[in-house]
Amino acid sequence: MSGVGPFQDNPCLRVDGLAIARGGRVLFSGLSFAAEAGEYVEVRGANGAGKTSLIRALAGYLPPRAGTIVFERIAEPALALHYVGHANGLKSNVSVASHARYWSGLFGRAGDEEAALARLGLGGFGARLPRTLSQGQARRLALSRLLIAPRPIWLLDEPAAALDAQGREMLAGLIDAHRADGGIVVAAVHEPLGPAPSLALTVGA
Amino acid sequence: MNAFSVTFRRDFAMMWSGGGALAPLGYFFGATMLVPLAMGPERDLLAAAGPPLVWIAAALAVLATLERLFQADLEDGSLDQMLLSRAPLEWIVLAKACALWCAIGLPLALAGAPAAIALQAPVERVPAIVASLALGMAAFIGVGLVGAAITAGVKRGGVLIALIVLPFFAPPIIFGSAVASGEDVGAALLILAGCALGGLALGPIAAAAALRLQAE
Repeated sequence: MSGVGPFQDNPCLRVDGLAIARGGRVLFSGLSFAAEAGEYVEVRGANGAGKTSLIRALAGYLPPRAGTIVFERIAEPALALHYVGHANGLKSNVSVASHARYWSGLFGRAGDEEAALARLGLGGFGARLPRTLSQGQARRLALSRLLIAPRPIWLLDEPAAALDAQGREMLAGLIDAHRADGGIVVAAVHEPLGPAPSLALTVGA
Repeated sequence: MNAFSVTFRRDFAMMWSGGGALAPLGYFFGATMLVPLAMGPERDLLAAAGPPLVWIAAALAVLATLERLFQADLEDGSLDQMLLSRAPLEWIVLAKACALWCAIGLPLALAGAPAAIALQAPVERVPAIVASLALGMAAFIGVGLVGAAITAGVKRGGVLIALIVLPFFAPPIIFGSAVASGEDVGAALLILAGCALGGLALGPIAAAAALRLQAE
């Protein structure tokens, strides 16, 4: 699937001998895997096994205790990835449209904000405030970041949380489209998201 | 639009929609109006000691606004997104500091005029007092950023912020009070400008370093 979509430079994520510790306790060690362009890695594991910590380490927030995380053919990883975690990153009294404008300024590559919101099923929600949105709608708004600024690597932590059946289907469609574009998706999940993973990892086992 | 301007606009809008400068201004006026009640109405005493107290009240008013500056971003996940921005975090922190100065620092400096007059400052000295407060607010905010960033993960960190930053409020307070009591106004304003520039240059760097640790 290399070199077909907008992400022509064949990004690759390579993790070698990774160990993560939280609060002085080693969650897992010796984790190695690689994800090439167009691949989807599904991370599973029990509560507290370190799924969130792994995703946050890949995003660069959490320094690993040992091992390396290498993004090949990517100059500045922080500018090439999106992180959607448990906290949606929303301000309760800032409108949906302002969030979209803010993100497109923050991430610096303005896509079509309106179209991104519409694709997430939030068309016509521009003036709404997040405190009037349901949990599922707030999650859709957080996911809209993935489309507002196209970036090759998506790091998703329980992305389907609070989404309804239609929302999960839409998310599966987004992941498929991103893979077809030559992007990489790493998602920590409890229930399979739908798309067949190229690699299923279990942490803390 | 770039990361600096969207951050500035968003923070400025949030500070206004959340009551804006009203609460700090109310605090500031409340504190300054208590001074004559505590010191008695003697004109000479008030004229000597009153104007510098405007500075104390302004420092405490801006201190009270610092607690939520980064804490909210840490809790709701916005900080994670800022770290993925094309702009360096230092630059985004500076944008937030500028928004805080425009939304709250500048209104407080302007409010210094009526407060100083009420505390018997000579009218011809009022423009210098307002200018010194505007510079002093920038210095307070520059230093305050660091305290706010260090305590972002601490529940009810307001007292801790005060402990961390109040010692660094001393230089602006000393020279600001000199302006307020009319001693060597020109030189004191220059030193305040230096404090403001130093605070705004170094504050974001230290605050961003602290915030990166908070993101873990």
